Amino acid sequence: MRELFSKKSSLLGLHVDLILLTSRIFFHMSSVLFWIFAVTMLIFGSLVVVLKNPVSSAMSLVVSFIALAAIFIMLDAFFIGIIQVLVYAGAVMVLFLFIIMLLNLREEKGRKFNIPAFVGGLGVTAFFVFFLVKLLSGFEAGKAPMPALGVENMNDAEMIGRTLFTNFTLPFQIVGVLILVATVGVVILSKRELK
Amino acid sequence: MIAWIILLAPLVSAAIILLVTGKSRSISAMISVAAVAVAFVASCILFGQAETEPMMIAWATAGAFSIEIGLLVDPLSKVMLLVVTLIGLLVHLYSLGYMKEDDGKSRYFASLSLFMFSMLGIVLADNFLMMFIFWELVGVSSYLLIGHWFSREAAAQASKKAFIVNRIGDFGFLLGILLVWTLTGALGFGAAAAALGESGASAGMLTAAALLIFCGAVGKSAQFPLHVWLPDAMEGPTPVSALIHAATMVAAGVYMLVRASFLIEASPDAQDVIAIIGAVTALGAALIATQQNDIKRILAYSTLSQLGLMVLAVGALSANAAMFHLITHAFFKALLFLGAGSVIVGMHHEQDIWKMGGLKNKMPLTFMTFLVGTLALTGMPYLSGFFSKDLILVAAFAKDPVYFWVAATASLLTAFYMFRLFVVAFMGKPRSQAAKTAHESPKIMTLPLVLLAIPSLALGWDFVIAPFYKVAHPEIPTLVIGSAIGAFSLGTAIAFLLYRGRDKDPVLIPALANKFYVDEIYDGVVKRLNDGLATVLAFFDRWVLDGVVVKGSSAVTWGFGYVLRFLQVGNLQAYSFIFGLGVVGVLYFVIFRHP
Amino acid sequence: MITLNDYLLVSGLLFSIGFAGVMLRRNIIVIFMCLELMLAAANLSLVAFSRFNLVDGLPNYNGQMLVFFIITVAAAEVAVGLAIIVALYRRKQTTHVDDINSMKF
Repeated sequence: MRELFSKKSSLLGLHVDLILLTSRIFFHMSSVLFWIFAVTMLIFGSLVVVLKNPVSSAMSLVVSFIALAAIFIMLDAFFIGIIQVLVYAGAVMVLFLFIIMLLNLREEKGRKFNIPAFVGGLGVTAFFVFFLVKLLSGFEAGKAPMPALGVENMNDAEMIGRTLFTNFTLPFQIVGVLILVATVGVVILSKRELK
Repeated sequence: MIAWIILLAPLVSAAIILLVTGKSRSISAMISVAAVAVAFVASCILFGQAETEPMMIAWATAGAFSIEIGLLVDPLSKVMLLVVTLIGLLVHLYSLGYMKEDDGKSRYFASLSLFMFSMLGIVLADNFLMMFIFWELVGVSSYLLIGHWFSREAAAQASKKAFIVNRIGDFGFLLGILLVWTLTGALGFGAAAAALGESGASAGMLTAAALLIFCGAVGKSAQFPLHVWLPDAMEGPTPVSALIHAATMVAAGVYMLVRASFLIEASPDAQDVIAIIGAVTALGAALIATQQNDIKRILAYSTLSQLGLMVLAVGALSANAAMFHLITHAFFKALLFLGAGSVIVGMHHEQDIWKMGGLKNKMPLTFMTFLVGTLALTGMPYLSGFFSKDLILVAAFAKDPVYFWVAATASLLTAFYMFRLFVVAFMGKPRSQAAKTAHESPKIMTLPLVLLAIPSLALGWDFVIAPFYKVAHPEIPTLVIGSAIGAFSLGTAIAFLLYRGRDKDPVLIPALANKFYVDEIYDGVVKRLNDGLATVLAFFDRWVLDGVVVKGSSAVTWGFGYVLRFLQVGNLQAYSFIFGLGVVGVLYFVIFRHP
Repeated sequence: MITLNDYLLVSGLLFSIGFAGVMLRRNIIVIFMCLELMLAAANLSLVAFSRFNLVDGLPNYNGQMLVFFIITVAAAEVAVGLAIIVALYRRKQTTHVDDINSMKF
């Protein structure tokens, strides 16, 4: 069954194979690459917050998501990495940009800078980071290196598909309904006159 | 099978009228008349048939306990079927004329059909439970019929009164049924009677069961102290009064007692109570009737009095006499009521007898038939009422002479008040414009009168009644027959002497005119009781339920809401800030304060 | 070597950045983007856990399934959310959250 599947190499399968190959090379220099991607992701993530122009924020978010997709692939989650790029960096961000353009948003004009809110927000965030570091420093199980995969040739997409259609059939159906509902909801919301 | 047709024909009619033909009034009326005609014909056929095994249908089963509905066809129910369907048919015909212009004609005939269905159900029921169900149905349909002109305050009140007073009796009836079931383990009349002997129930329990069952009859047959609904029920259309409140529904109580006579026979104490209540009702109602002025009310109290006699007969263990009187009474009382209806229509809906007078010449046919009915009721020798009343007197005499004298006095009073009514309404000169212009009723209304007059005349003769109902022929003491004839003659004579040529009542007895103040007493007691209870409950409701529970909880909720709404600053970032603080707090407790 | 803690740290930092963005920015669309950032951070830790807890030599796919569903739901959420923002903008002519404050006492 599995051989049959891999022989029937679709375009996506070919793609996965290609990424598989590159990931082998990455693996050795993964330490360096991880930090490169992680830092990229965090910097551009910060830019989303910092930049004034919503378009710039959106573009930064795209870069951040692509870096995140790279990290996914380093974690051998090829399928997730790919849909991260396709769905998020592709579809969702295009939607964001589209809406920004549609509403013709400019840079935020000189609004009064709310210092208490700024301090409060940063304070809460700082607390959060502090707890995170504190927690992770005590998390011994997380200090082991990444275990090697037990199989030579991992077919990620196939495994996702199997899991999805065996153990997660019901949630899958429900998500289908959810998307339908969302579609209907968007259509209704987009009407000019709500009746 | 044919018994089911009798039972279901009126139901089908009621359903068709309600569901289909409600809009067209004349078709509805025709359907209803046709249904009761079918029932009557089927009853005749059934009468000719030999007795058959009742068809039983298991209606509800719970474990070992099962309720079966079945139709009991025996001589008693057969003759009762004939009476009910015949009078029902005549009343239906009469209604065609009487209710001709009524807006609620469809509703009226649907209710009438429903009533026929319920009444036939009572007659045919072969067990207590089924009888009780139809018993209640009779109550409902009489409620509908009495309140037919519900836009009139008095009619609406009367229908409510009838229903509620009946419910009081029915409650006892239900308890009685349950008690009988507990004692015998059976609900069927035959089965319960058979099981009663072996049940070994104590005398007290038997008396209780008999009296509780009797409670139902007290309600339906309007015995003292639950008699108050019947006179008020005269607010309904007159044919209804004839059908329900003279011939059938009130007879249901007596019929039920006859069915349950095995129970009464088992308890001497219950017999005494029943006989006393019957005697009190017979005498009391007769006394009240002597001072009433409304033609229908006089007849209503007369009905009460006659029913009292029947109940007295039941208490004297003469079910035979009770049934015989029930049958004859059904005919002549229906005749009287329909005659009264004819008078009322002729008088342009005037019911006060002192505004009538001289109707003898204006309404000859009504006059003649009414006379027949009066004579039959008052016990003119060789008319139907004479024979049946004699039997009751004999039974009362056999039980205790006291009962006999009470019954005889009631007979005397009956003759008196009936001829008072008769003399005042039909003889003399017209006392009002309406009486002067009175006219005879249409043929469709007089025809039933004539048809009813025949059995009123002849039903007492042995060769007439014998094929229908086996009347016992006890030896009639001379004293009894003499006093019966004496009561009739004396009552009639006094009435003629006192009322002939009078323009207003020469005798005024307020206690009687006001029905012994029973309604007022009930009013007072119930009102006092009600007011007291209501005051307490109102206090409870106002301060405890309303004040503490409702207003208190609402105030608490409102107060919390008032305080909490200050957190709702309306700023998204403030919310997210508070949310973040919360998350940080939770994290702090989870991570650092974890035990 | 990279450990699970490194991934979790990066994930947590990304989450914090997103959270700070939600609290600091005033443009509702940017706030929405920051929410996406927080979701992505959660996805990262899920995938990391999945990879570090092997089942029969393979990543634990249950975790990745969760990520899959999160992405799906997030896509639906973005669609609805942006539609709401458009409707809001039509009504109020603004995307500034300080101007959208009618839901208060």
